[in-house]
Amino acid sequence: MNSTKPTSSKQPTDSTKASRRKFLKTGAAAAALGAVQTAAGQTPVAGTKSLKDLIAYGERSPYVTSIRVPVEERPSPDEFGLTFHVLTPLQDSVGIITPSSLHFIGTHRGSIVPDIDPKQHRLMIHGMVDRPLEFTMEDLKRFPSVSRIHFVECLGNRSKPGDKTVQETHGLTSCSEWTGVPLSLLLKECGVQKGASWIVSEGSEEVKGAGSIRLAKAMDDCIVAYGQNGEPLRPQQGFPLRLLVPGFEGMYNTKWLRRIKVVDRYYMTYNDYGHISKDKDVAALTFQWGPKSVIIFPSGGQKLPGPGIYQLTGLAWSGGGAVRRVEVSTDDGQTWKDAEIRGMAHPKAHTRFGMDWKWDGRECVLQSRCTDELGQVQPSRAELAKFFKVSPDYYKTHGTQGSDNTIQPWRVASDGSVSNAI
Amino acid sequence: MRFRALLPAMILGSCCAAWAQSPTYGVGRKPTPEEIRAWDITISPDGENLPAGSGTAREGAPLFAQKCAMCHGATGSGGLAPMLIKPETPVKSSMPCLAPCIGPGNVMALHSPYATTIWDFINRAMPYQQEGSLKPDEVYAITAFILYKNGVIQEGDVLNQVTLPQVKMPNRDGYAIPDWKPGMPRPFQTNR
Repeated sequence: MNSTKPTSSKQPTDSTKASRRKFLKTGAAAAALGAVQTAAGQTPVAGTKSLKDLIAYGERSPYVTSIRVPVEERPSPDEFGLTFHVLTPLQDSVGIITPSSLHFIGTHRGSIVPDIDPKQHRLMIHGMVDRPLEFTMEDLKRFPSVSRIHFVECLGNRSKPGDKTVQETHGLTSCSEWTGVPLSLLLKECGVQKGASWIVSEGSEEVKGAGSIRLAKAMDDCIVAYGQNGEPLRPQQGFPLRLLVPGFEGMYNTKWLRRIKVVDRYYMTYNDYGHISKDKDVAALTFQWGPKSVIIFPSGGQKLPGPGIYQLTGLAWSGGGAVRRVEVSTDDGQTWKDAEIRGMAHPKAHTRFGMDWKWDGRECVLQSRCTDELGQVQPSRAELAKFFKVSPDYYKTHGTQGSDNTIQPWRVASDGSVSNAI
Repeated sequence: MRFRALLPAMILGSCCAAWAQSPTYGVGRKPTPEEIRAWDITISPDGENLPAGSGTAREGAPLFAQKCAMCHGATGSGGLAPMLIKPETPVKSSMPCLAPCIGPGNVMALHSPYATTIWDFINRAMPYQQEGSLKPDEVYAITAFILYKNGVIQEGDVLNQVTLPQVKMPNRDGYAIPDWKPGMPRPFQTNR
């Protein structure tokens, strides 16, 4: 996991170019000619879809070409046709919601995204409950729903020196409005028995990916979600049903959810075993994400055209609750200044921050630091190294201990080019 | 302690009944015990829910060759899929890092604290494109073969419902479980 290495920045650039070329070839000509009717009475726009189709279901502008890219070391699809880890283009994001079609993807072992008929889908809750129950999708919609904005972030989201763009350093986090039934409500409906302390959730994809969380978390704020950003979940995000475990590592947010077993101990599933640590200090930095933030403009691979005023902006989030404060340093951490929270700071959600920033044309290092409602402050790698009694250079060749929420530095060179200074 | 952690959820929940009493909505169907058994493939570290059956490494060898080797390599390493058997001489894996990142030091048989985890995963997720097709005897035998080849058990050891959870795994104590309660900060965060 630690060395899951995102793709080089070459790939998105090339793909972007390719898609732009394609657009120029196929779409722009049609667009330039205006509403030219074909013999079939349909107007071709941007190449592939008829105007009738576009009226039925809209598409983004052909000028917008932002795309996800697979992590480099394990391409998706891989040799087996499996989808594994795919990075969201954070550098192009605005606001706090990730478009569902750009949400990062992570799967257990790598998976073939299943084709599930929602009419056939069932969720079974059993184990240490008085009344095991099986719910259809229609059943679940007879319970009161909640809609909450939460991020989901994979444990593999860690910046490495070779990563060039923010998509590569931080592209395994995304944020959506999730709609569904509180898991606590369903568990109460089943009647959790005394002595129960954990749950194991399981997906219906071919590998039946499973993960374990404490019952305390299951009863706190988890959602059995069927909706994402105003529509049913996308297949890559678990259609028709997934578990949402706000603030926890992505792995626990079981997609294509079909079964929850209430148990009395930590069941060591395949996915759990992949995330364990012997060192209790390291283990304590798993499960729940700490406070984290990253500047997305300016960020790696971008280039400032010259000195002057810019909007420095980024995203902050924490598994511990709402973001309370984001500070920005433009002098490599020597001095810090509060950024503005731009928009709402929802608990366990991406939160947009920004500030006016006047670049004087000199080389500098930009950093952001998040403080959450629990008072937790995002650490630097130097602080983490001190805590774990290792040299600060340790992280040049090793992953950070636990889930990585350390400060991301970006170096702005005097020619305006921005690079990863981790 | 566990009860106290749940208390706020109980009070705040919309259910006005006590903890484990009657349902509020009465929605959902009660599955039959057979239906639960058919779906419940979760194996506890203490072996609960393991089916009857048995297997040895000797029985597992031909099964491994037939059902596993094409992806994991004839020797259990060097294939397209993750390394399953620690190689005698270190090999540089062409395999990308997975979750977990598999190398000679942490193949599942050496890193997993429980043999039941291996059994559970083979049973639910292998072989590729025939997931869930192995019979319990075959899963016991392949688990035994992988454990034997990694030096965890003897070639003739019989694995079954009783003996599988008793296998002394090299990394048995190799994990710590973090505590968690609502609103609990992580232990290391610089509080300023």
